[in-house]
Amino acid sequence: MAAFNYEPIEPGRPHPENANRQDPEILLSSGTDTTRERWAQRLWWLAALPMLVFFILPLLTLFSYSSLGDLLKSLQDGTVHQAVGVSLRTTFLSLLLIILFGTPLAYLLGRHRFPLHRAVDALVSLPTVLPPSTAGVALLLALGRQSTTGGFLADIGLPLSFTSGAVILAQVFIAAPYFITAAALGFASVDNELIQAAHLDGANSWQAFRFIVYPISRVALISGAVLSWSRALGEFGATIIFAGNFPGRTQTMPMAIYLGFESNLTNAITLSIILILISFGALLAVKSLVSRAAQP
Amino acid sequence: MYNQKHTRFAIPFVFAVTLFISACSAPTPALKADPTAIATELPLPGAMTISKEPCSPQTVNVFAAASLTEAFKEMAPLFQAEESCAELVFNFAGSQKLSQQILDGAPADVFASASDNNMEEVKSAGLISGPGSQIFARNGLAVVVCPKTNFTIETVKDLAQPGIKLVVAAREVPVGDYTNQFLEKAAADPQLGQAFVDAFGANEVSFEADVRSVLAKVDICEGDAGIVYSSDAFTDKSEGIKSFLIPEALNVIAKYPIAGIKVSANPGLAQKFIDFVLSDQGQQILEDNGFLKAK
Repeated sequence: MAAFNYEPIEPGRPHPENANRQDPEILLSSGTDTTRERWAQRLWWLAALPMLVFFILPLLTLFSYSSLGDLLKSLQDGTVHQAVGVSLRTTFLSLLLIILFGTPLAYLLGRHRFPLHRAVDALVSLPTVLPPSTAGVALLLALGRQSTTGGFLADIGLPLSFTSGAVILAQVFIAAPYFITAAALGFASVDNELIQAAHLDGANSWQAFRFIVYPISRVALISGAVLSWSRALGEFGATIIFAGNFPGRTQTMPMAIYLGFESNLTNAITLSIILILISFGALLAVKSLVSRAAQP
Repeated sequence: MYNQKHTRFAIPFVFAVTLFISACSAPTPALKADPTAIATELPLPGAMTISKEPCSPQTVNVFAAASLTEAFKEMAPLFQAEESCAELVFNFAGSQKLSQQILDGAPADVFASASDNNMEEVKSAGLISGPGSQIFARNGLAVVVCPKTNFTIETVKDLAQPGIKLVVAAREVPVGDYTNQFLEKAAADPQLGQAFVDAFGANEVSFEADVRSVLAKVDICEGDAGIVYSSDAFTDKSEGIKSFLIPEALNVIAKYPIAGIKVSANPGLAQKFIDFVLSDQGQQILEDNGFLKAK
């Protein structure tokens, strides 16, 4: 977790509010070294700038193509409205499924060693590196109505393809690895002795999980869940192949953006801005949560 | 300690210097046209030619809409058998892109467009040679039907049966727009009417982002039927897939114009290729590839 916690160090220039706080780096170094450090950091900024600009420029450009008025007007638009609704509904249910079925797998991976552990671990990460369209084709062939499973489900009145069920499954497939990986790391960080001690004190397995494992890995679980949810919100490739595109039923925000690009650019930009703001907020929340937890 | 501090200073310094140097080096002038688009199919100097008689090969650059790829490639050897000195070089792309390339001065001898608009752009720039453009093919909408469907789908009317899963293209893309125009015509048709359009609408399960996705979903029978271009429907080689053309009165027909380009180095051969496309042989090949005859 400490890897996430990179507080910027600005040597020789303490924040006005912390003017009295002496930076340990400064105490150790002589005056010349401080100047050197400061220059080093400036150069690092200079070297980092192109990448930073490359990230910021396209996103800011998107904002410049819209105004608050446009944004509010587009929000009234039926297509935008429906897409936001479908996205929020499906990602909420996806997240529930991911936590429900992902937690046991994460626990298995994080706290147990077994043959093929690495293979299972790699398998769980596979959806994050596969092209989402591959996942979409695979899901369609495995669960479409021509498949055994999909055919059976359609026969009992639960057809998957072209339904919001398909949207949810596509999102779970693509986004679950983010939760499972984070949760497994969280579970792995719990000291075995703590659990053994709890058992000695008469705790059953559920109590050991609830009062020992969960509190310790809570930050990992929450940040994994938020990451997973953000990824599900942005899911496009697998969804459009497996679930198709039907406004109000399967058309999520990314799909409306893709098709809006062909016809209604204003709506596409509005939806893009909403997605950017939500995702940035979610990532920022995760980073602050993790860095706060890492501090004593 | 001393060394470490120096390293800390040195690494970013190297980065910064590199960046400074690369920023100062002269910018590469941007190329106006995309040369690779044409260059890929242009013969290399000294490349072998298919000519039978000893004559210097004369290149005919044909700029053709992407949907013509299969048909024109089928025509090439037959045309070259007739005109042994001619060497056809194709540039297949979207008609919009092709007209732009011609306006930018790309060396085209023949332009075969999928839309009148793009031909007009070239014509109004005064780049079309003498006889002007002619319609050589037409493309319309067709219904594709999955082989394993439980429904009998043989006419447009059959698409209104309750429970059929229809896959169409999104209204935002051209083929979806044509589908919409077909529905407007159907609504006005006394035999079909609004009831048909409503039933059709209730059967729609997905608005796909492009025509290929519509075809793919009918191919694997996720949808019972779909609406695509006739050139896509009749060239689909998937096992058992059936298709039929939407009747002309309801159909939206796109016309394909062809013309010689004024700046051509080989206006004679260019015209011969156009004549070949319009000949019975050429028209038959187009029809085999799902196009409707020019009439």
